[in-house]
Amino acid sequence: MPELIAKSALDGQAPLTLGGVTLAEAAVGPITSIAVLPGGAKAVAKGLKPLGLAMPGPNSFAEKAAARILWTGRDQAFLIGVDAPALEGAAVTDQSDGWAVLALSGLGAADVLARLVPLDLRLSAFPVGRAVRSGLNHMNAVILRTGDYAFEIMVFRSMARTAWHEIAAAMEAVAARASLKS
Amino acid sequence: MRIDGKGLIDRTKPVRFRFDGKDYAGYKGDTLASALLANDVRLVGRSFKYHRPRGVLTAGSEEPNALVEVIGAKNQTPNVRATVQEVFEGLVAQSQNRMGSLRFDLLAVNDYLAPFLSAGFYYKTFMWPRAFWEGLYEPLIRRAAGLGSLSGKHDEGVYEKAFAFCDVLVIGSGPAGLMAALTAGRSGADVILAEESHSLGGRLLSDGGVIGGLPAGEWVAQVVAELQALPNVRIMLRTTVTGAYDHGTYGALERVGLHKSARPNLPRECFWRIVAGHTVLAAGALERPVAFEDNDRPGIMMASAVRTYLNRYGVSPGKRVTLFANTDAARATARDLMAAGVTVAGIIDPRPDAFSVEDCPVHVGAEVIGTRGRLGLSAITVRKGAETFEIETDCLAMSGGWNPTIHLTCHMNGRPRWSEDLAAFVPMEGAVPGLVAVGAANGSMSTHGALATGHAAALRMVDALGRKVSIDLPAAEDAPYQLRALWAVEGKGRAWLDFANDVTTKDVKQAAQEGFRSVEHMKRYTTQGMAPDQGKNSNVAALAVLADATGRGIAETGVTTFRPPYVPVSIAAMGAGGRAEGFAPQRFLTSDQASRDRGAPMIEAGLWYRPSYFPKPGESTWREACDREVTMVRQAVGVADVSTLGKIDIQGKDAGRFLDFVYTNTFSTLPVGRVRYGLMLREDGMVLDDGTSARLGEGHYLMTTTTAAAGLVMRHLDFVHQAFCADWQVRFISVTESWAQFAVAGPKARALVNSFLETPVELPFMGVAPVRIGGVNARLFRISFSGEEGYEIAVPTRYGEALFRDLVARAETMGGGPYGMEALNVLRIEKGFITHAEIHGRVTAHDIGMEKMVSAKKNCIGKEAATRPGLWGPEREQLVGLKAAEAISAGAHLFVPGTEVHRETDQGYVTSVGWSPTEGAWLALGFLKDGRARIGQKVRLVDHLRGIDVICEVCNPVFHDPEGEKLRA
Amino acid sequence: MRLKCPLCGDRDRREFYYYGAEDYLHRPAEGAPLADWDNYLHLRDNPAGVTKDLWYHEQGCAQWLVVTRNTVTHEISGVELVAERKA
Repeated sequence: MPELIAKSALDGQAPLTLGGVTLAEAAVGPITSIAVLPGGAKAVAKGLKPLGLAMPGPNSFAEKAAARILWTGRDQAFLIGVDAPALEGAAVTDQSDGWAVLALSGLGAADVLARLVPLDLRLSAFPVGRAVRSGLNHMNAVILRTGDYAFEIMVFRSMARTAWHEIAAAMEAVAARASLKS
Repeated sequence: MRIDGKGLIDRTKPVRFRFDGKDYAGYKGDTLASALLANDVRLVGRSFKYHRPRGVLTAGSEEPNALVEVIGAKNQTPNVRATVQEVFEGLVAQSQNRMGSLRFDLLAVNDYLAPFLSAGFYYKTFMWPRAFWEGLYEPLIRRAAGLGSLSGKHDEGVYEKAFAFCDVLVIGSGPAGLMAALTAGRSGADVILAEESHSLGGRLLSDGGVIGGLPAGEWVAQVVAELQALPNVRIMLRTTVTGAYDHGTYGALERVGLHKSARPNLPRECFWRIVAGHTVLAAGALERPVAFEDNDRPGIMMASAVRTYLNRYGVSPGKRVTLFANTDAARATARDLMAAGVTVAGIIDPRPDAFSVEDCPVHVGAEVIGTRGRLGLSAITVRKGAETFEIETDCLAMSGGWNPTIHLTCHMNGRPRWSEDLAAFVPMEGAVPGLVAVGAANGSMSTHGALATGHAAALRMVDALGRKVSIDLPAAEDAPYQLRALWAVEGKGRAWLDFANDVTTKDVKQAAQEGFRSVEHMKRYTTQGMAPDQGKNSNVAALAVLADATGRGIAETGVTTFRPPYVPVSIAAMGAGGRAEGFAPQRFLTSDQASRDRGAPMIEAGLWYRPSYFPKPGESTWREACDREVTMVRQAVGVADVSTLGKIDIQGKDAGRFLDFVYTNTFSTLPVGRVRYGLMLREDGMVLDDGTSARLGEGHYLMTTTTAAAGLVMRHLDFVHQAFCADWQVRFISVTESWAQFAVAGPKARALVNSFLETPVELPFMGVAPVRIGGVNARLFRISFSGEEGYEIAVPTRYGEALFRDLVARAETMGGGPYGMEALNVLRIEKGFITHAEIHGRVTAHDIGMEKMVSAKKNCIGKEAATRPGLWGPEREQLVGLKAAEAISAGAHLFVPGTEVHRETDQGYVTSVGWSPTEGAWLALGFLKDGRARIGQKVRLVDHLRGIDVICEVCNPVFHDPEGEKLRA
Repeated sequence: MRLKCPLCGDRDRREFYYYGAEDYLHRPAEGAPLADWDNYLHLRDNPAGVTKDLWYHEQGCAQWLVVTRNTVTHEISGVELVAERKA
């Protein structure tokens, strides 16, 4: 009988801190896609109620205890951190293994991301609680603002190394720029 | 020479640098140009065509002459404008566009050949004899063309790209820009202030004056301090806004580290994409030269540049300076020089009614008609009425007035408007939505005009943003700007318009004479405006000369189109991050490390890195490994990672109905627990993709796509769903990344699979079942891409590596092992399975022999269009197998043996080729006209590129186990 | 260039994939004459002015969009979800 050992996308990768910004792989637990079928909204709302969550509006996420619900598209959300409840009225698909989640935090986190994503990251335009689908260079990504100076970035698992490499390169450049001022 | 007590350079910080092998000293705050002028170096380059000696003309990014190569440890950057490059300790630069030394340039002979090199000479000279082109003309032109040289090595420097967003973008930081930035900044709006130079202030740093009762320098310092303290204002120094694009997007080039010796990780340049709600264009104006005979000698400079060198850098470009200018304002240069103790040997003013209050000789109603000095100016010849005389001078400051810097307002097809008052083009209002030009860029030439228009524009933007601000307008000079246009001084000799491309007034007149009367034609015929400065110094004067030569007004003559970028942008900056690994994401399989551990060379396939083959000791070529792996699968068992195939989870009551619509064949009737091969067409009837889909539950399917088309199919499904059946009960999502999937194929595949399942299952061919492996929920499919009994096992991706290592270890105990892409390819060719080499976008279901898979009972995407005439029948090239005893190649074309080989006799082509150890022959798949009817015949396979000419046998494409007995065993 | 995705908001052009004229939305009925298919697949206007075309928010919400824009001024006057279009 084979013993199947689980490995995360960036198994063994130590966090990287440069210029006050830290990049680390985050373990977020189960990820379940909930795609509401036509006419299924009420049933889904009922199913999510015990979690204290509802389907989020576009470009946002909400949290309750260990659970997070994240808008990912029209009539679609990812439930993260808890096992999905039984849901009527929706297509429910396990996405836990499909994504790598990177946490980027520190005063210059937005400066680092500004090298990689074509988004308006000003706090006024991208406040805490916002989650968008966009691109991290050539990669599709989901980007969440979890704090004034903290982001989580979800990319397809197979591209985790590229995402890490590109974010790290941006961190290096931002840190090197900071050294110019001194 | 350096002038004591003048300039904004830091005299406590001396800097040593090298130019053309000689060491010089400058100060922090110097540009290379100012530091060279301080060291009395006037000759800095050679002109493009005639290799004339040239010196610094300007003090900004518009510089046409002082282009140098900057040599770094890892880079060699040509065409760096010495007027922009800041000096730093250890800077090494050299002159370019010379053969031999700068002083004795061998190509200066071109200057004597000038009569043969005038406008359009390329078009006339290199025409015949035709045979001379490749042997003589082209090498000659290539040797002479282009400016500067590269190191020939990869640029290992770091380049950056970045995005920025703001409410108000202010371009330029002269009085207009500072006032606009301050106004918008105080309102709380997010402001980006982009300044091309290394400090804020614009012309105020050169021209001085008084603003709000303060010396201009102090006012600038106060404003800068306030802007720096505002958290909502971002100051971007050394940043040139290079282009205006749609919907408030601007391109900008920042020189991040070019003013420092290289540091690890420090970007050299950053290319910014700035998105602005509103934009203030406060880019000022560019002073324009006057064309007169030999006006290009080192020492002849723009008057404003002379003033900048004096006041900003503490340098006088000459010891005996003369001024040739047609405005009152330009006189300030002479006054500043005299105040600094520099001799002004004469002011030449072409206006007969000009004043003469300066304490130096002033010649009104006079013109400069000639100059002397081989490698630098020594004297000018002046004509006043009938009288002609010489003035000894080593620096002539010239001014023909100013051209507002309107370039960005033209980037979205806006045409500028000719202003008779200014004798210049000014921006057309609204030419770039959201952008307002202010100050000199909009023709407001006084300091007051700049402050007032910057202030007013920003106030309107603040208002539009729903913010409020109260800010007073400081008082400043408001002298009227008056000039009498002077473009060119009549004379016999050559008078330069475009210094960078060596275009003279004669060239422009000649173009007009030869019929190139349109400004766009003149430009292309003479190359005026096509050099690195893009005509910034010459455009308006050249078209004035053209207007004159064609008897039209300037407004009527029009102006060529200014296009981005405003200054040269290195490709490295624009493509920052895109080099080498940054070109595209790399996708890695969970088995990646395990494959590399076994020495497998990895090849890229649709961004994925897949093992090519798994070499064994004693194998010296990939073919040996590939042949072994093929035989291993045919005789024992092989394991391959097939996780790259696209996987789409489809759910809902209408899921089967949806699959029926996107596939040619029927899936709604597929029983739960079974898998079916599906063919997908584009709406035009061509094959889009193929793959298997499994029915996991009543309303639950799992579709498989090819690796290459995974993204394409997803986009297609999204389109079909959203455009034609958005109300159906169906939802789908990619699960490609969620599952690691491994093929186990070969006669011993079943034994291997049953060895690790918690409960062994008996799956029929094309069956699917949920299974458990080591406590993990997995899926087992009985499908085959090899022609052997085959299974695919899918586990959640986190377990992929562990399962792969386990499967390979088990296979090895059974005489099997892993196999790579090469073997996978041979196996599928032997079995006649197609890939995107075959379904390349121009083939129909009929072409690949699958027309029976297009169900007559239902509608589907592509069905109707596939019935169009010409898409079926014997004239089509149809899929066939080919067999040969010698090596053959993909890409070869097919001919009837004995016929001539040319396009008209072409019968088809080869798409996939491999050596089949199973058949002991070279096998190929290809498309042959009426191919199915020609099975058993011979064709001639020709590949001119590889020198292959072989007779092949046309076969059924399924070479191996054509009855499929092994699959169903 | 920027597009205002009805779901994701104002975004850079690089997030989108361009397909072609919105004609692709008007699929002929089953059994329509071949001329209709030819028209649907191949015949396109090339207006200097207002046009409607299809974009896919590939690096975003994966929605197909009908974009009304002016090919002369580059003004974008409307962006609509294909799935929720009115026409």
